[in-house]
Amino acid sequence: MYCQNCQKNEATIHLTEITEGLRTETHLCEHCAQDEGIAVKSQLSINELLSNLLATQPSDDELFTDGKQNISCPHCGCTLEQFTKDAVLGCPYDYEVFEKSLSSLIKKAHNGKTTHCGKVPSKTSTDTKKQIELMKLRRDLEAAVQNEDYELAAELRDKINQREK
Amino acid sequence: MKLTDISGNINEWFDGTGPLADIVISSRIRLARNVAGHKFLSRCSAAEKSEILKKLRDTLMSLELGDKISYLSVDKTPLLGRHFLVERHLISRHHAFGKGPRGAVIAEREFFTAMINEEDHLRIQVLKGGCQLSQCAEQINHIDDMIEQKVDYAFSPRYGYLTACPTNLGTGIRVSVMLHLPALKMTGQIDKFLNATRDMGLAVRGLFGEGTEAAGDFYQISNQVTLGISESDIVSLFENAVIPEIVEYENAARNRLLSKEPDVLDDKISRAMALLRNAHLISSQEALFLLSHLRMGINMRERMGASTPAIKKLSELSDASRGTDKPEALSITTINRLFMLTQPAHLQLNYGKALGPERRDALRAEIIRSALNG
Repeated sequence: MYCQNCQKNEATIHLTEITEGLRTETHLCEHCAQDEGIAVKSQLSINELLSNLLATQPSDDELFTDGKQNISCPHCGCTLEQFTKDAVLGCPYDYEVFEKSLSSLIKKAHNGKTTHCGKVPSKTSTDTKKQIELMKLRRDLEAAVQNEDYELAAELRDKINQREK
Repeated sequence: MKLTDISGNINEWFDGTGPLADIVISSRIRLARNVAGHKFLSRCSAAEKSEILKKLRDTLMSLELGDKISYLSVDKTPLLGRHFLVERHLISRHHAFGKGPRGAVIAEREFFTAMINEEDHLRIQVLKGGCQLSQCAEQINHIDDMIEQKVDYAFSPRYGYLTACPTNLGTGIRVSVMLHLPALKMTGQIDKFLNATRDMGLAVRGLFGEGTEAAGDFYQISNQVTLGISESDIVSLFENAVIPEIVEYENAARNRLLSKEPDVLDDKISRAMALLRNAHLISSQEALFLLSHLRMGINMRERMGASTPAIKKLSELSDASRGTDKPEALSITTINRLFMLTQPAHLQLNYGKALGPERRDALRAEIIRSALNG
């Protein structure tokens, strides 16, 4: 089939448009398509990918454990709704808290892969318990500062520095 | 470091040397990391962000990189300076125009940058000229190890390095190359190439990354998947499959132009020369495209021995900006230098003050004319 535009080259790009029930077909060669500015739609942005995925998630009942609406992460207060808006999570523990919803999204984003198999930090002190404690101490510190309890804040600051060693 | 210390120079990775540098302009590897025991940035208070900033700044500034390193407070850098850093590929647009306390650590030779408090707590990158992904990988891995001696990273055995956005999980690695593909564009094959690249699961972006268009025939391709594949496998995929294939296609397109459409080629090159040597107002967009055609011509001369009339003429032009007595043929380094230094923020920073668009277009044309006319 020859290009509709130049009638010289073979048509390799076939565009079908349906507007208000009317179907039009255009057949162009690469040169003419490029001239017309008809490029194949650029790939979905990360945000679009995320919204699409979350929109096709199982029903609300399955998303929320114990039928509770809008679970939020106890460590950072993030909710799934927040995540759909921001496209970023609130803290490392969100990966556990929202595990069900996130796992299928992660699988899709990474071509079906779900487990890390690359570099591992050489230090073995990625102690989960310690990290959770640290995050709690930091939350308490923020609250103390907000309540203007500076003595408590100083104590907590010391504890944090100790823990981090 | 003052920005004007580097603003007058060509960055090492852009000087036109390096393996396959006629097509693979540069190689870059970036790692995303977060400090354990902290929330991700979207939920951090300004105080926590400052705490993270200080911790990472202190760690990074203590590293031995074999080069002088400087810290820049991005939120305190004036707008023009931030634009400059983006033009220079040292920080992302997201970082330049983001909010809150954030910083950058930059090596003087610009092969290494760290962004603190961009989307993740820490993003480090190594940048080299030409196709040098293995070298980038080795270097950044070593730097990552050094940082990790002093800072605990958020990591889980299942999901690897934990990032604010799940699309960066696992290795947290973004491997990318910047390509110059003028012949694929001229022979009408660029969309085919873009589709093929996307089919391979790679992202294609313009000159300045996410959301930018392909100006000056530059394209950045990078991996999308970061989980379930190792860092070395991704690098290997690029070096052994992706890059050789793209280089082959672009070279084939260049050969096709030389053998089947030398007039089209010559016309593009001569028009570029004529405009660049004579125009009094050139926009940055126009400069990008014209310089792109010159770059293609010079590379065809040097790497393929091409000698069409217009390409031969390129050899006859003296490289005035090199400042030597003996006239030398126009070089890639000069073209790249012109490209980098005539970008808007570079122009203004080197001139010494902010300029309106028309004044910039005039200054740009002046700089280019004097470099090409001697």
